[in-house]
Amino acid sequence: MLFGKAWRKEDLVVRGARVLDPAEGLDSACDVRIDRGVIAQVGTEVDSNGHRVVDGRGLVLAPAFVDPHVHLRVPGGEDEETIASGTAAAAAGGYCAILAMPNTDPVVDSAAVLGSLIEDAKAEAQVPVGFLAAITRGQDGAELTEMAELADQGAAGFTDDGRPLVAPSLMRRALQYHAITGRRLALHCEEPTLSRGGQMHEGAVSAELGFTGYPSVAESVMVERDLSLAAYEDAPLHLLHLSARESVEALRAAQAKGVRATGEVTPHHLCLTDEAVRSLDSNLKMNPPLRSADDRTALIEGLRDGTIGSIATDHAPHARHEKEVPFEAAPFGVTGLETAFAALYTSLVEPGLLPLETLLERMSTGPAKAYGLEPPRIAVGALANLVLLDTRETWRVEEDSFRSRSANSWLLGQTLNGRVKLTVAAGRVAYAA
Amino acid sequence: MGEIHVMREGFLPPRQPPRRHLISIGDLEREDVDRLLATAQTFSRSLEREVKKLPTLRGRTVVNVFYESSTRTSSSFELAAKRLSADTMSIKAAGSSVDKGESLKDTALTLGAYDPDVIVIRHPQIGAPQLVARYTDAHVVNAGDGKHQHPTQALLDLYTIQSELGRIEGVHVAIVGDVLHSRVARSNVQALTLMGAQVTLVGPPPLIPRGIEVLGCEVSHEIGAIADADVVYVLRMQQERMAEGANYVPSLREYTERWGVTPERLRPGQKVMHPGPMNRGVEIDPRVADAPDALIEAQVRAGLVVRMAVLYDLLTTGPVPVEAVEPLEVA
Repeated sequence: MLFGKAWRKEDLVVRGARVLDPAEGLDSACDVRIDRGVIAQVGTEVDSNGHRVVDGRGLVLAPAFVDPHVHLRVPGGEDEETIASGTAAAAAGGYCAILAMPNTDPVVDSAAVLGSLIEDAKAEAQVPVGFLAAITRGQDGAELTEMAELADQGAAGFTDDGRPLVAPSLMRRALQYHAITGRRLALHCEEPTLSRGGQMHEGAVSAELGFTGYPSVAESVMVERDLSLAAYEDAPLHLLHLSARESVEALRAAQAKGVRATGEVTPHHLCLTDEAVRSLDSNLKMNPPLRSADDRTALIEGLRDGTIGSIATDHAPHARHEKEVPFEAAPFGVTGLETAFAALYTSLVEPGLLPLETLLERMSTGPAKAYGLEPPRIAVGALANLVLLDTRETWRVEEDSFRSRSANSWLLGQTLNGRVKLTVAAGRVAYAA
Repeated sequence: MGEIHVMREGFLPPRQPPRRHLISIGDLEREDVDRLLATAQTFSRSLEREVKKLPTLRGRTVVNVFYESSTRTSSSFELAAKRLSADTMSIKAAGSSVDKGESLKDTALTLGAYDPDVIVIRHPQIGAPQLVARYTDAHVVNAGDGKHQHPTQALLDLYTIQSELGRIEGVHVAIVGDVLHSRVARSNVQALTLMGAQVTLVGPPPLIPRGIEVLGCEVSHEIGAIADADVVYVLRMQQERMAEGANYVPSLREYTERWGVTPERLRPGQKVMHPGPMNRGVEIDPRVADAPDALIEAQVRAGLVVRMAVLYDLLTTGPVPVEAVEPLEVA
């Protein structure tokens, strides 16, 4: 389900880092040796065997990150991102694998389009990529795609992300039919008549600024509907980019009743609230919108208690001229691959809102499991998918520092703590600072 | 003697440098509003002279860019600039490069190349004035951006209330109608509360934005709530902003029946204001619009002097020049 260039596997030793793999119960200062891309030894005084040695003293070595929600914009939006640039950005952000969304031009709704993307990924991907295919043809919400053929071709899952599945009957059919593929169905929950024209969260800030509101209930009514249908069909599902307290509460209640539902949340929803929109900066416009402080609290709590198992950037590159317009005219979406860890470390871990271990787990094991991928782990015999982090380094997010083709980051000009120093993806050094 | 005091206020230099832009009422402090209203009053006296033009802004350039139709705002900005001897240029979206798909950024860069001192902009999208401010060196005045702000309207409304009632502090203003789609309402709630007035918003529940109370106003869905107000401020039903089938109200007939401002719903002496253009017979009964207690024409007159004051305030830091005003008369 993941595709990338067949890079030469590497030999490497990382010495003296704090090796932290919450899923493996590992937290100790030691060395990790990689032989031909596979973790060969974890321990003290590991023989370098003539391998290249990286000094990890004072740094954290963790399983590399998995981003389950990236817009690579290909085909059709190559001016904004490509497989090469998007995966280079992912590598710089500490990711060893990413999943790309199918809302492209044309939509990834046929084996032909998917096949050509897989070929491109084999030629240019810096880290392995999985491609989600659409649930409905053209993402029009009318006819199901040929899911079995798409799965055989290598689709990592199915989603109409960017658009909601409006008709409940179609949602039910998708839940029923996709089960034969064994792949995950991922839902963008938005009731379009409630969100119509919405520019930002509906609340005191939108009332003051005059923006048409996009109420949190537009998300949560669809979350509740989809969870009810999933319970009825006893089918698993994954909820994309949750933003509202009511959505988190509905997911928690459904999980308690045994519904096999997972959820994800973005760094921007975890770090910001609708107050930020007062600046009218178009890089603060995204769907779903930044919500209230209470919603943010609920998202952090949901992430901490495991209701929400994944952090997803929803990396959505946009051309500069598309965002250099009044807020109301700007498209939804912000980038995030290269800043996710630092933003969350600065905004959640340092203030004590989230333990580092939980952050690492939700950026790696959580999303991998949500889509049935092999989770990155630090264990002898595992393919090396590692990230080396300096939690003491401070850096400023600059427009020209991105490997992504787009710079529509909500963090431009801001100073963050925590930096990715090295990313090993599928046994190869994909990024070194 | 009080009158002289007010005049003298206009001669005082501002206590802090004037704001570079006027984009939102939120940009202003109370003392900024006091200064602007005093300056406007000074100008209103100068307009009583036979020759109404003042040399104050000679050599300055004011560009008006209107992306939405407007009669009173565009004409009063243009006349305000001319009364102050500034060179003016007015650009409407229709017939300009905007028709050819030029972006607002490029239009701003193009106009900025002429080094205008002030760009007055009206635009249907929230945030357009900030964008122009970012890409030009001009002082930017927001003449209305989407449903966000219309600060000069609020200032002229304050001026009108002050002129007619002698004060703003403690005055109770009921703003009636389609608050949801109204930039005038947003600017007025902020401006009135800033100046110590009491504000009650009255209208059908779907047309009152959720959470608006944080601005410090009361909300009522009953038209009877206007009874206590000193000023009833009637908003236009913005039918052009209402999407088909949005069902904010079931019908204009029911709206008028329930929330229309009629003579029967007013007390004698209650002042009535409206930002225009009016839908007579919808939100305001024609008899109310034409009654002596209606301040609607006074608002238009105030628009000219307030916009003169805004342009003056943005472009100068010193006192109003002596030649700009009538000689003092001690009453």
